Amino acid sequence: MEVILKNLTKRYPNRNKKSREDVIAVNDFTFEIPDGKLIGLLGPSGCGKSTTLNLISGLQKPTSGTIFFGKDDVTNLPPESRGIGLVFQNYALYPHLTVKQNILFPLENLKGKDKLSKSEMLKKALEAAKLVQIEELMDRKPGELSGGQQQRVAIARALVKMPGVLLLDEPLSNLDARLRLQTREEIRRIQRETNITTIFVTHDQEEAMSISDMIVVMNAGVVMQTGNPQEVYDNPANLFVAKFLGTPPINVFDGIIKNRKLYIGEEPVLDLSLYRTSENSARNFPKDLVTASVQKDFEGACGEDGTKKVYAAIRPEGFILDENGPFTCCLSGVEVMGRDISVISTHHASLNPKVRSIISTENKIDPARPFVRFSLRPNKTFLFDKETEERIHVRAVGLLEGGMA
Amino acid sequence: MKHSDFNHLKGWLYLLPAILFLAVFMIYPLIDVFVYSFEEGYNSASQTYFGIGSYNYSYVLHDPYFLQAVKNTFILVVITVPLSTAIALLISVGLNSIRPLRELFQTIYFLPYVTNTLAVGLVFMILFKKTAYSDGFINLIIQWFGGSSVDFIDGPYWAKMFVLCFYTIWVVMPFKILILTSALASVNPDYYNAAKVDGTSRFRTFLRITLPMISPMIFYLIITGFIGAFKAYSDVVALFGTDLNAAEMNTIVGYVYDMLYGDSGGYPSYAAAAAILLFAIVLTITCINLLASSKKY
Repeated sequence: MEVILKNLTKRYPNRNKKSREDVIAVNDFTFEIPDGKLIGLLGPSGCGKSTTLNLISGLQKPTSGTIFFGKDDVTNLPPESRGIGLVFQNYALYPHLTVKQNILFPLENLKGKDKLSKSEMLKKALEAAKLVQIEELMDRKPGELSGGQQQRVAIARALVKMPGVLLLDEPLSNLDARLRLQTREEIRRIQRETNITTIFVTHDQEEAMSISDMIVVMNAGVVMQTGNPQEVYDNPANLFVAKFLGTPPINVFDGIIKNRKLYIGEEPVLDLSLYRTSENSARNFPKDLVTASVQKDFEGACGEDGTKKVYAAIRPEGFILDENGPFTCCLSGVEVMGRDISVISTHHASLNPKVRSIISTENKIDPARPFVRFSLRPNKTFLFDKETEERIHVRAVGLLEGGMA
Repeated sequence: MKHSDFNHLKGWLYLLPAILFLAVFMIYPLIDVFVYSFEEGYNSASQTYFGIGSYNYSYVLHDPYFLQAVKNTFILVVITVPLSTAIALLISVGLNSIRPLRELFQTIYFLPYVTNTLAVGLVFMILFKKTAYSDGFINLIIQWFGGSSVDFIDGPYWAKMFVLCFYTIWVVMPFKILILTSALASVNPDYYNAAKVDGTSRFRTFLRITLPMISPMIFYLIITGFIGAFKAYSDVVALFGTDLNAAEMNTIVGYVYDMLYGDSGGYPSYAAAAAILLFAIVLTITCINLLASSKKY
């Protein structure tokens, strides 16, 4: 079932007596979740992602806005009439009931024409248990299960009624690192098998990127960007998204655009031209789309002298080790991690204390050297407006000064 | 001396004050009571006795006053423990589901707990007692509804028992409400949310989720309630005065007291035998309770 959120807003009255302003947990959230997809709601703690989930589940009522499941307006429906399955962060398995009783619990609540016979219930419960592969644990109590097993039971309980929408609140946060990897594949598999529209909340960007069909990045109650994980990573709409996605995190520098070149510190590091904002990614962008008017707009934004202060954000994989590269950093360490090498350096214009770049092991680097020189990959370098922190869509056409000439 | 020996000794040294205290004021008297209960014709003034045997038990078990006291105590226990726990549970669930004025109600329900037993007894006497001048408040109400007045304090046995049970329930309720409201508040709200999402009715939520979650506290209240009710004495005195045998309202503890100091007093051996019998009854009931509560989980 598709889920459509329209201008969804949730305000809480402020407990602090000094400021009368309401706390806005979710602000004007509009988003359309296509049928049968796995969606990751992603953001730092307190960004309103759990509140959004609770609004969809019906456990909380929105202050304004509407929620549609398919064609039905469910905004004022109680949770039990929405046909959802919800997996809680702490699983909320009833500790005094066995796994089987826990999974049966939602079915036993059915009344009237939906009422099932004992054997039908058992059959459904067993199906759900099979789906999450816990058939052999049916007679145990939740306290006798590991965290991962409890998680599976919780998913089985949420799925047993075959809901139209499955909601998962921080599904992996209570698991250890290895189980987390396993369980996220498991969630992906279950979603694929059942083809139920699934929305899960997480603060872990890696988790969201690895299994979601689409991610929604939120901050302070506002949707920052939505889209396919790789697209959002390759084409962040603003500085927040660029910083939030990616491990190790993106390197942010103070930069200046001057004479259609990007300067970080005193050195020009990239040659820039412009392109129009587009849903397409920066890859394969035809040159001839850079029209004269866009060029003018940009030059206008740059002020009289054609300069503009920007944030320049470079992904760790955006650095190329290059003896003649235009970008010089003070080398402070080299970490060899097997698959690749992590070069740690400092730069006076960097806003992060350390500049972290990742290069392939084919490169040799002497950790005793005082300096290291890089050239930059244009498609891994993003520019953001200093005031609005919005992306400035420019296209870096090439490397400067002797780079890969 | 080896280091570990010294540590061992040090441990005992720390325990010494508590052990001394317990030995002198708990263990010694307990053993003494047990010994007394088998010494026939013990005289506390001359510290002499005739012989050792089970006559004390036989006397007590054939004493109609003791049998009356056992009957009274059992009626009190059987009526007040389940009733007070059930009513306290109802009130706690009610308190837990209201938001405004919850604190006010909690305070009101807790008031009897901090009120003196004798003061409460006095109030109950005023409410229930029938005198030459007034029939008492409760009788006025009964008459209002067309009934005839009953003397609850000096009247028929069932009326007196009713007042005693009513009084006991009223006195033990606050503590139970206190325990149950905090037990209810400690249930993770996620369970209720999960039940809500699954469309569980309120009654079923209470029966299948709330009750099992707070059942350890309920068992605790039932066990301590049984023990407390078996030891009832001061409440009875507050309502019916000290001559409880005449009023047919004596309890086992009251019987023990009477055997020691009452009008029929001066029989420490009988008192000791009665006390040991009470101990045996409470121990048995508590063991049954514990067995019943541990069986389920």
